[in-house]
Amino acid sequence: MYAGVASAKDLIVGKGGEFSTIRSAIESAQDGDRIIIKSGVYREGALEIHRSITLTGEGKAVLDGENKFQILTVKASGVTISNLTFENVGVSYVQDNAAIKLIESYNSAVIDNRFRNAFFGIYLSKSGFCTIRGNDLIAAAEKEASSGNGIHLWNCHDITIENNSIQHHRDGIYFEFVKRSTITGNHSIGNLRYGLHFMFSDTCVYEDNIFKNNSAGVAVMYTKKITMKRNRFEDNWGAASYGVLLKDITGSDIAGNAFVNNTVGIHAEGTSRNRIAGNEFLNNGWAVRIMANSTDNVFSQNNFIGNAFDVATNSRQNYNVFDSNYWSAYDGYDLNRDGVGDVPFRPVRLFSLLIEQYPTALILLRSFLIDLIDAAESVIPALTPETLADANPRMRRLP
Amino acid sequence: MIRIQSLEKHYQKLHVLKSINLSVEPSKITAIVGPNSAGKSTLIKSILGLVFPDRGDISINGERVNGRWDYRRKIGYMPQLARFPENLTLKELLALVRDLRHHPDDTDMELFEVFNLGKEWDKPIRTLSGGTRQKVSAVIAFLFRPSILILDEPTAGLDPIASSNLKDKILKERDLGKTFILTSHIMSELEELSEHIVFLLEGKIFFEGLTDELVRYTGERNLERAIATLMKGRPVWTELQKS
Amino acid sequence: MDGTAKILKYEFHNILRSKWMIGYAIFFLVITDGLFRFVGTDAKVILSLMNIILAVIPLASIIFGAMYVYHSREFIELLLSQPIGRKNIYWGIYCGLSLTLSAGFVAGTGLPFLLEGVIDAEYLSALMLLLTAGVLLTWIFTALAFWIAVRYEDKVKGIGAAMLIWMFFTVVYDGFILLVIYWFDDYPLEPAIIGMSLANPVDLARVMLLLKFNVSAMMGYTGAVFHQFFSASTGLGVSLSVLILWAVTPFLLGLRYFQKKDF
Repeated sequence: MYAGVASAKDLIVGKGGEFSTIRSAIESAQDGDRIIIKSGVYREGALEIHRSITLTGEGKAVLDGENKFQILTVKASGVTISNLTFENVGVSYVQDNAAIKLIESYNSAVIDNRFRNAFFGIYLSKSGFCTIRGNDLIAAAEKEASSGNGIHLWNCHDITIENNSIQHHRDGIYFEFVKRSTITGNHSIGNLRYGLHFMFSDTCVYEDNIFKNNSAGVAVMYTKKITMKRNRFEDNWGAASYGVLLKDITGSDIAGNAFVNNTVGIHAEGTSRNRIAGNEFLNNGWAVRIMANSTDNVFSQNNFIGNAFDVATNSRQNYNVFDSNYWSAYDGYDLNRDGVGDVPFRPVRLFSLLIEQYPTALILLRSFLIDLIDAAESVIPALTPETLADANPRMRRLP
Repeated sequence: MIRIQSLEKHYQKLHVLKSINLSVEPSKITAIVGPNSAGKSTLIKSILGLVFPDRGDISINGERVNGRWDYRRKIGYMPQLARFPENLTLKELLALVRDLRHHPDDTDMELFEVFNLGKEWDKPIRTLSGGTRQKVSAVIAFLFRPSILILDEPTAGLDPIASSNLKDKILKERDLGKTFILTSHIMSELEELSEHIVFLLEGKIFFEGLTDELVRYTGERNLERAIATLMKGRPVWTELQKS
Repeated sequence: MDGTAKILKYEFHNILRSKWMIGYAIFFLVITDGLFRFVGTDAKVILSLMNIILAVIPLASIIFGAMYVYHSREFIELLLSQPIGRKNIYWGIYCGLSLTLSAGFVAGTGLPFLLEGVIDAEYLSALMLLLTAGVLLTWIFTALAFWIAVRYEDKVKGIGAAMLIWMFFTVVYDGFILLVIYWFDDYPLEPAIIGMSLANPVDLARVMLLLKFNVSAMMGYTGAVFHQFFSASTGLGVSLSVLILWAVTPFLLGLRYFQKKDF
C-alpha cells in the first residue's frame, strides 16, 4: 500500500480515457491509484474493489445496476468513492444488495455521491474509521419488504456520517452493533419506516440531524451512552410513529433537541438513568410517554408547549424526575416573581391514564366532560401518580 | 257577517267554550261581556285564528276560516295588552306592519293624528308608556281600513281624552259600515257603544241580544246593574230565556 | 315565503341592534384575538377555539333561543293577527335569530383571522370546517330552543329544560360513551362509537373537527377506523348531513307544534 503511493497514477475511464470500462480500470489499478470516470452511463453489473484505490466521477458518471445487481463491493481498506451517481440497484429478498457495500474496510470514505433508486444505498459491514459524507440518497420505496436502508451499518466502529440526505428508503440510517460513531448534520426525511433506527450501538453521538416525516419516526433500542443533541424530530405523525422511541436505553444524554408535531415526542420503555434536558416539545400528541419500567430519568429545563398530552404513563408509581421545565398547560401563579411557579405542576392528565387502558376513549378528546374530569383530578389527584409533578415549573419559556 | 257554529274548546281538562253559536251582525258593534275566565278572549282569539277550536265552524261572509290566514286581511285587531318588538322605533313598527300588508296606498292615519303620536315617531317602543303603546295598537288596528275590527279592552290604560277619541272613532267607523266585536269591563262604555251584547258565562252564551233589551228585562237602571244581576241571579236568567 | 322574508328583514334589524347580540359577537372576537396573542399559531388557535365553540355555542344558542321566543311572544301575537301564515312566522323568527347568531359568531371569530392575514392553506379548510360546525350547532340548538319554548308556556320550565338538554349533549352523553367503552372493552366498539357520535351533534362536530386535525394518528386502530369513516368524502358528507338533520328535525317538530298552538 505505501509502496504504491510513490507510483500512484490516474486511470481514466470513458471518453478520451484509456479505459472504456470501469471493470478494466479496476483490474489494472494498483494501491493508491485513482480511477477517474468521465460522464456517461456505465452498465457493468457487479464490480468489486480489492485494492486501496480512489474512484471518482467527473461530470455525471452514472453506474447503473439495471435493477439486477449490487453495484460496487469494496473489500479493501483506504478506498475513496466520490462524485459518482449510482442508480437502479437490484432488489433482492435474499441478499442485501447495495449501491456501495464496504466489507471489512478501514479508513475508507464515501463522499458526495448521488444514489437514485438504490435498494440499499451505502452498506458497511465489519468496518471501521470510515467517513460517509455529503451523499444524497433518494429511493422510491413503496413497500417495506422490497425496500432497503439508506445508510446501513452492521458491526462497525468509529464511523463518521455527516451531511448526508436520505429520502424514501426503508430506514434512513440503520445501525446494528456499531460503536463510537458520529452522526452529524444528516437529513433523513420521508422514509418508509424509521428515519434512524439502531440497536446495540453504544457510545454514538447524534448531533444536528433532522428526522422528519418518517412513517415510524426514530427508534433506538438496547443501547448505552448515546449522545443526542440539537436534532430535530419533526412531523412523524402516524398510528405507530414516534419522534423517538427509546427502548432499553441507558446512561444517555438527550439535550437541546426539538420534537415538533409528532404523535409521540419521546416514548420510553425500560429506559433508565438518562438526562433529557433543554429540549423543545411542541405540538405533539404526547410529548413524553414513559412506561412504568423506565426509572431514574431526569427531565429538566425542557419546554412543553401545546401538546395534547404532556406526560403519559401507565402506572400510579413514578420513578422519574421532572424538574424546572416550562409547561404551557401550567396555570399556576408566581407571587414572589422569581420565575418559578408557586404550586407544582402535574403533567399527567387523568384522561391520559384512561386511554392507556381504553384507547377507544380517545374519541372523547376535548370533550367538555373530559375537561371537567381532568380539572377535578388536578385538584385532588386520586388516580394519577401523585409524585409525578414538577415542583419548580417555569413561568416563561426556556430559551 | 260572522257566523260561529257549535264551537267547542278545551284547555286540557278545562272546558272553555261550550257549543257556542253566534252571529255577529255586519255594521254593528257587538260587545262580548262576562266575568273573568268566561271565555271571552278565547272566543275572540278563535275568530282571529290565534286559538284553534276543537270543534265547530267559524265563517266570515259565508267563507269558512278554520286554519286559514288570508281572511285576516279584513280584520283589525287590538289585543288586550299591546307589546311590540322593543328595539324598533314607532316609525319602524308602522313600516313593518305596512310592509306585511304590501304597502297599501290608502291607510287610515286618523287616530295617529288624533293621538298626536307624531312626536313619538323616532322613539324606540321600549321607551313608550303603556298608554302610548295602547294608542299605537289602536292605530294599527284601524290602519288598513279593515271591514271587521276586533278590540279586546280597547280603552284600558287610555286617558279620558284618548279614550273618548277612540270611542268617537269607533262610532264613526260603525256608521261607515264597519263591523265591531269588542270586550270591555267598563259597562258605561259598552252602553254608549254597543247595540248588541253577548253575555258569556262559564263558556256558554247566556244572553245574546240588544243592549236595551237586556236592561229592560232585568229591570235595572243601566247595563252595569243588569249584568251584575245576571251574574248573581240565575232565576232572572231562565225567565229571560223563556221570553 | 314572502311573509317570511319580511319578518326576517325586521328580525335582522331588531336583533342586530340588541346589546346581547353585539356582546355575543364581541365575545368571540375577544376570545379569538386573545388566543392569537397568547397561543400563537393558526392550528393552536383553531384547536383552542374548538373547545370553546363546542361548549359555548350550544349553551348560548339554546338559552338565547328559548329566551328569545318567550320575549317575542307579543310580537308573535301581533304577527298572528296579521294576514300571515304561522309557518311563515316561525320560519321568519327562527331564521332571524339563527342567522344573526351565526353571523355574530362567524364575524367575531373570522375577523381576527382576517386581521392576522396569513392563513395557511392547510388550516383554511380547518377554519372553514370549524366555522361550518359552529354555524350548524347554532342552527341545531336554536331549533331545539324554539321547540322547547313553544312547548312550554312557563318560561322557568322552558329555560330549565334548555339547560338540561345542553347538559345532556355536552356532558352526560359523553359519560355514557365512556361507560359503554368501559363495559364493552372486549368487543370491537368502533362502529358503535361512530354510531353514538352521530347521535349527538356536539360529539359529531367535535369528532369531525378532531379528525380534521389528524388526531386519529393518536388513536391507533380506533383512530384508523374513525379516520377511514370521517375523512372520506362520504363520511364528511354523512356527518354534515346528519348535523343538518339534527337542525331540521327539532325545527319541524317545533313548527308542527307552533302551527297547532293556541295563543
